Amino acid sequence: MTAVTTQAPDTRRAGRTVYAAAVVLLCAWVLVPLYFLFINTLSSPDTVNSFPKPFVPEFDTGSLAFFAGFAGMLSALKNSILVAGMTMVMSILIGAPAGYALSRFDFRGKEVFRLLILLTRAFPLPLLALPLAVMFIRTGLDDTVFGLALVHTTLAVPFAVLITFSLFSGIPMELEEAAWTLGCTRLTAFTKVVLPLILPGITASAIFAFVISWNEVFAAAVLTIENRTLTAFLLQNLDTSPLHLKFAGGFILVVPALIFIFAVRKYLFAMWGIANR
Amino acid sequence: MAVIEIKNVAKRFGNYQALSDINLTIEDQEFMVLLGASGCGKSTLLRIIAGLETASEGEVWIGGKRIDHLPPKDRGIAMVFQNYAVFPHLTVFENIGFGLRMQKLPNDEVTRRVTRVAELMHIDALLKRYSGELSGGQRQRVAVARALAMEPDVILMDEPLSNLDALLRMEMRAELKGVLAESNTTAIYVTHDQVEAMSMADRISVMHQGKIVQAASPIEVYRNPAAEFVAGFIGNPPMNFLTATPAGTGQWQVAGLALDGPQSGAETLNFAIRPEDLRLSEMGMQAKVKIVEPLGAHLLVTCEVDGTLFRAVLDSDLAVKRGDTLTLTPQPDRIRWFDPVSTRAVA
Repeated sequence: MTAVTTQAPDTRRAGRTVYAAAVVLLCAWVLVPLYFLFINTLSSPDTVNSFPKPFVPEFDTGSLAFFAGFAGMLSALKNSILVAGMTMVMSILIGAPAGYALSRFDFRGKEVFRLLILLTRAFPLPLLALPLAVMFIRTGLDDTVFGLALVHTTLAVPFAVLITFSLFSGIPMELEEAAWTLGCTRLTAFTKVVLPLILPGITASAIFAFVISWNEVFAAAVLTIENRTLTAFLLQNLDTSPLHLKFAGGFILVVPALIFIFAVRKYLFAMWGIANR
Repeated sequence: MAVIEIKNVAKRFGNYQALSDINLTIEDQEFMVLLGASGCGKSTLLRIIAGLETASEGEVWIGGKRIDHLPPKDRGIAMVFQNYAVFPHLTVFENIGFGLRMQKLPNDEVTRRVTRVAELMHIDALLKRYSGELSGGQRQRVAVARALAMEPDVILMDEPLSNLDALLRMEMRAELKGVLAESNTTAIYVTHDQVEAMSMADRISVMHQGKIVQAASPIEVYRNPAAEFVAGFIGNPPMNFLTATPAGTGQWQVAGLALDGPQSGAETLNFAIRPEDLRLSEMGMQAKVKIVEPLGAHLLVTCEVDGTLFRAVLDSDLAVKRGDTLTLTPQPDRIRWFDPVSTRAVA
């Protein structure tokens, strides 16, 4: 009896130590590279290229200024925003109705359809890139912002469908039915009851689509030549550009994605069925 | 005027026959309760009337107009749902006024009607709140007020009180009955709670396996159940059953007791009696006491008669204990007989 009582706190303490160590390790895994990126971005080009490196940023905007002045960078940034914006709009316009249908209607092949949505992510993009490039050249979509947005939409739609599906499923059918009995058609019930309730989630889903497009590099590199997005532009100049440009570019890419994902984390958890607080 | 006529309605879900051969006329301003166990089709029938479900066969008429092809909004109905279905993004005021806004009524008319029903349902202090800030009972009041504000011909209620706790349910029951009687609307109310049905209804339709077994006044359903199912479903505790064998014309032998009964050529009949219609006497059925439950007002005694469990409600002063043998006599005018094959009542 006494052995149990003395041993229990020991194992518990050991467990807690392991747990804390795991947490620290995981946080470091994510945060350390980000921290170096942060330091180097906010240091002058000279500091970035020297060794040893400081552990405290010197808050010098030299690297960022150099990056902003780099030829072609601004138009690449503009392209990135345009492509991501179009991807966002298109993936919601296509994904949300599919999510609604999946949550509200029973139809033949529903489960197969859900599987197929996920399967669109099963094919590696490099496999599709060549035929896609050929087809785009034939249709004149190659090297256009719209063409790239189409490809990114294909990548983002599965997530848009799954997120909106879980959002719509969270809204009781009875709310819609109540609206119908109170004088609404299917459409007005949707716009007056469902839409206001779902809007924050839709926004989150849209932002997620934006981030997917924003971060995508392979299709962007293959399908554009003149109208490069920021990721493709940086990839192209990776070996020729100075170190501080790479850091500044990386920083500009990472920060919006981080902020957006942080803002919509609640909905992404909901998508995967993890209880959130 | 809103008489509801349901003609030959049937509903199938794939191979499952949810409703068959439903014929029912509900009079103007009548309070009709659809009563049955879960899965009996009562909610499906209500949803067909509301237009949330389409019937596989048959017609629904409201106020002399066939409406089964119309969308819910054109049927002149309002509905109260089991889960309240109060819109979470709107205030109580806007919830109650939702239907009126959809009809594009002028602002002052909306305010007037919302205020009136809110006072009626005692929620006039809550008009600025959101549904998240309300208790279950308050939400249900909002849902009822929202339906009443529409001033509908017909109000449909799908187990509106079943999510409330027992005390609140009893309070709301009486209040709802009063409010609906005032409003002069025809009401259809779905419930599985027989006490609710008995206390509120003008007429009860008892449903079983997708059919209406009996549609009659509460007291009629209680006293003269049309089928064994009704006899066993209504009443707490329900009716007792024993097998009766013929003992001459119009005479039946039940657990050693000869009783006057229907003149029937059947080989056996089922004898039925309510537990409260049994009296202690010198002569009668021998009942071996199994369980004694003192319930305050009376004593519920479960015994064994002729190998069958048998319940009797007796005077609470009686000293009865487990293992005793009682002699019980049924009150002759309260005895009911059922055909064991058709399970229907035999006069």
